[in-house]
Amino acid sequence: MTASAALRKEGDAGDCWRGFRPGDWRTSISVRDFIVRNATPYTGNEDFLAGASQRTKAVWAKLQPYFADERKKGVLAVDTKTPSTLLAHKAGYIDRDNEIIVGLQTDQPFKRAIFPFGGLRMVEAGIKAAGFEPDPAVHETFTKYRRSHNDGVFDTYTPEIMNCRRSGIITGLPDAYGRGRIIGDYRRVALYGVDRLIEAKHAERAQIDDMWPTDEIIRMREELSEQVRALEDLASMAKLYDRDISKPATNAQEAFQWTYFAYLGAIKEANGAAMSIGRISSFLDVYIERDLKAGALDEARAQELWDQLVQKLRIVRFLRTPDYDALFSGDPYWATECVGGMDLDGRTLVTKSSYRMLHTLYNLGAAPEPNITVLWSNHMPAPFKRYCVKVSRDTSSLQYENDDLMRPFWGDDYGIACCVSAMRLGKQMQFFGARVNFAKALLYAINGGRDEVSGDQVAPQTMPVVGEFLDYDDVMAKFDTTMEWLAKTYVHAMNCIHYMHDKYFYERLEMALHDRDILRTMAFGIAGLSVVADSLSAIKYGKMRVTRDATGLIVDYQNEGNQSTPQFGNNDDRVDQIASSLVTSFMDKIRKHPTYRNATHTQSVLTITSNVVYGKATGNTPDGRRKGEPFGPGANPMHGRDSHGWLASCLSVAKLPYKDSLDGISYTVSVAPQKTHLSDTQLLDEAVKAFDVYFDRGGFHMNLNVIDKETLEDAIKNPDKYPQLTIRVSGYAVNFVRLTPEQQRDVISRTFHGQI
Amino acid sequence: MSTVQPLEPGSRYDLRVGISPDAPDESAVKDEVGSFGYCHSYETSSRYDGPGLRVVLFLSGCLLRCSYCHNPDTWHLKDGTYVSVDHVLRRIADFAPSIQALGGGLTISGGEPMVQLAFTKRILAGARRMGLHTAIQTSGFLGDRADESFLSEVDLVLLDIKSSDPETYRRTTERDLAPTLRFAERLAALSKPVWVRFTLVPGETDDPTNVDGIARFVAPMKNVQWVEVQPFHQMGSFKWKAMGLEYKLENTQPPSRDLVNRVIEQFRAAGCQAR
Repeated sequence: MTASAALRKEGDAGDCWRGFRPGDWRTSISVRDFIVRNATPYTGNEDFLAGASQRTKAVWAKLQPYFADERKKGVLAVDTKTPSTLLAHKAGYIDRDNEIIVGLQTDQPFKRAIFPFGGLRMVEAGIKAAGFEPDPAVHETFTKYRRSHNDGVFDTYTPEIMNCRRSGIITGLPDAYGRGRIIGDYRRVALYGVDRLIEAKHAERAQIDDMWPTDEIIRMREELSEQVRALEDLASMAKLYDRDISKPATNAQEAFQWTYFAYLGAIKEANGAAMSIGRISSFLDVYIERDLKAGALDEARAQELWDQLVQKLRIVRFLRTPDYDALFSGDPYWATECVGGMDLDGRTLVTKSSYRMLHTLYNLGAAPEPNITVLWSNHMPAPFKRYCVKVSRDTSSLQYENDDLMRPFWGDDYGIACCVSAMRLGKQMQFFGARVNFAKALLYAINGGRDEVSGDQVAPQTMPVVGEFLDYDDVMAKFDTTMEWLAKTYVHAMNCIHYMHDKYFYERLEMALHDRDILRTMAFGIAGLSVVADSLSAIKYGKMRVTRDATGLIVDYQNEGNQSTPQFGNNDDRVDQIASSLVTSFMDKIRKHPTYRNATHTQSVLTITSNVVYGKATGNTPDGRRKGEPFGPGANPMHGRDSHGWLASCLSVAKLPYKDSLDGISYTVSVAPQKTHLSDTQLLDEAVKAFDVYFDRGGFHMNLNVIDKETLEDAIKNPDKYPQLTIRVSGYAVNFVRLTPEQQRDVISRTFHGQI
Repeated sequence: MSTVQPLEPGSRYDLRVGISPDAPDESAVKDEVGSFGYCHSYETSSRYDGPGLRVVLFLSGCLLRCSYCHNPDTWHLKDGTYVSVDHVLRRIADFAPSIQALGGGLTISGGEPMVQLAFTKRILAGARRMGLHTAIQTSGFLGDRADESFLSEVDLVLLDIKSSDPETYRRTTERDLAPTLRFAERLAALSKPVWVRFTLVPGETDDPTNVDGIARFVAPMKNVQWVEVQPFHQMGSFKWKAMGLEYKLENTQPPSRDLVNRVIEQFRAAGCQAR
């Protein structure tokens, strides 16, 4: 058979595909085609939903002591001896009689695995921080016989990059752990079975056998072979649980199990910072609908499948280090799942299972994971919009992203990696790149490249600001030069990192669930945008006198103008324009530098919880922020400065240009629940309108908390009263009681708006 | 300017808001037609000051001295920033499309919007040209000044009737009640939509006779769409302290839910649509 014929071969699916509307998906690997032909849009309300089953409750009860213990002790157990692979651990169960979806990362729940291929130091630091002893055999293997991603990266870093890492102007780079932000199209395993996927990979490989072996072709051939081996391992892993996933799933139960196995394989093989599951709800709904019609399933069983899958997604655990926790607080792993949205033909992708997924937050209680993301389209059915807002109000566990804004870029079968990074499923991956400290960069510009805290020369020496006052044009020119340098250094570091990650810590399985030829993005990021915008506004509209220390370093700023200056977050174009143009300007500078594997440059305005860490490492800024104070998270205005209500705040953020931050713009809003004379339904309708307006004005992201400060203060004092108290931070949700005390204070100091 | 200390940042009332570099030097302008006026601050996301989501513009200047006032920092005209109508309207225009989509509008509050009648009227007229619903929040004390042409720019009057008893009214506000009642009657005659607002302060305005008096006065008025009972709160107390004023209600608690319900029921019993 010729290679292309194999790629387009009609699958030998037996009756696995009975009842499905045929299409291109039968002859080529195309889950998207399957979904748009087979999904059943649902425009009704939530009344059909069912509660948690006895089996679900039994499994959940078994897990509760682990959760409680973990809150008190932190990491409960680590397998320090066995580097994690698909087949490293034998089967593990929580409650074998009651689990209808099976599979754990190791042989026991909450036992964490190690991933030394990313870097041994990180593993050993994590083990020690958790109170265990690193294993000498593993140590010997990864020092004597085997190199890691981390070793490779540090062989190629330049002294300049090392300085940037040390000073904190570039941090959080995935140079010692899994990069994550790759979403395997886990649905493929359910729809096609592993055998068919392997066949397609062989066919993809055969097509490049007669191509001249350039670096890229050689790399691709090796990767395809690795992918095939990963798929074979995946089938073997399923066998440990007595399941045969070589063929497509034949019913809903199997479709859930096959999809979950694929995801489980991914998290056994990679410890990426973010391990999204993709967009499975409406895909799996097709199987549920088929079984419901055949009478093989009822609503209670359908919900049970969702509840039990979500239980598994809530106990994913990776071993991290304290440094890592400071950046990404509360043990997140971003098992991000997308619900809602529209397809390219204008039909909604909301199905009953979109509701069922949200409903797990009631059946199992609020929780940060999976990171449920509503792809908000103004065209979605009104009852679904209302239900989403209701779930937000009751659980603060959802985030929203603008489907109408993303669909033109990414089509109608994209998922969200991590918090805000859209990618076409199975057709796109990203080289994750954390972020730079934009506020520090501004201070470097003012100080001729010297670090404002250490006084060290980090950026190349340039002319510092001279004289007593800051001049806007002068500072802008200097900042432009600094940004040029920073962009170049940043791309340089990223190229080194991802070259080595591919070489030493390649995500075989996740990439096996992609097409061979994919779009790669290289995702850069900035932290502290609102600090910089407010600072530049202060320089432009105020009269900023500088204070120097004995070494001539500018360390403080005083506005001697007689007026306060415009601040980001008030829908004031004078400063909002500064913020927007900074985003575009830095993106353009990044675009100048070629990337590893010719990846497309993208950028995010996102901090996770690193706004606290970045703030801690940054001196006084001209906007009046004091040394060490946190930045606003993501693209948020600085705490308390968005003083004209949420509408003004939203509209400022909505102006930031998505085309120049295609990796996402994170915005978190906290709203205090208030008594009004509006009825419940009216309130929800008003909130839906508010969402429509914000997204219609170009808003990208909305992380919504409905909670009051008093509850949070009480939770700090009495954490045991609030085991499941969930709040959204920048791009993800956390258990509030698992944040560090500093981060808890940061959350409380944020602006709380009145009722939306 | 009064001796205002820096207020807590983030408050929608804080004085930083609206103080803009483009504000002209007030001494350079002589204005009698309301092209310029004193604005204290604004807020864009209120659900309490009229239908839908409201942009609320707080003007400075008020003749009443209510004991429970939560904006004592707006009493004096020059507590505000001197700005042009154009400046104010440009700012409102930034929000107009969103506010319209949210079924809201502009509410001018204060202070007392009728202190700067011409200025207020020009802002209202401008907002209406943008297609916005307009409302004023007023004590009615200066109601006699509101001529037909002024009222024609107002879609809704949020009218504070603080008491039905002249003695109580004087004790609470240091002013006469009569002008407010006169204004209410005129609005009724003109069929101008009104939401009557009654601030419930335990120990000051909660007397059943007082409440009944307002209820009986308002009940026959067909133009009154709502009577809103507003429970007293302590959120403005920090300003009294910041300004060095004597705050008599330091120890007054917000009314209990039961008390609020009793008062709402009193209004309803008289035939008012109350909430």
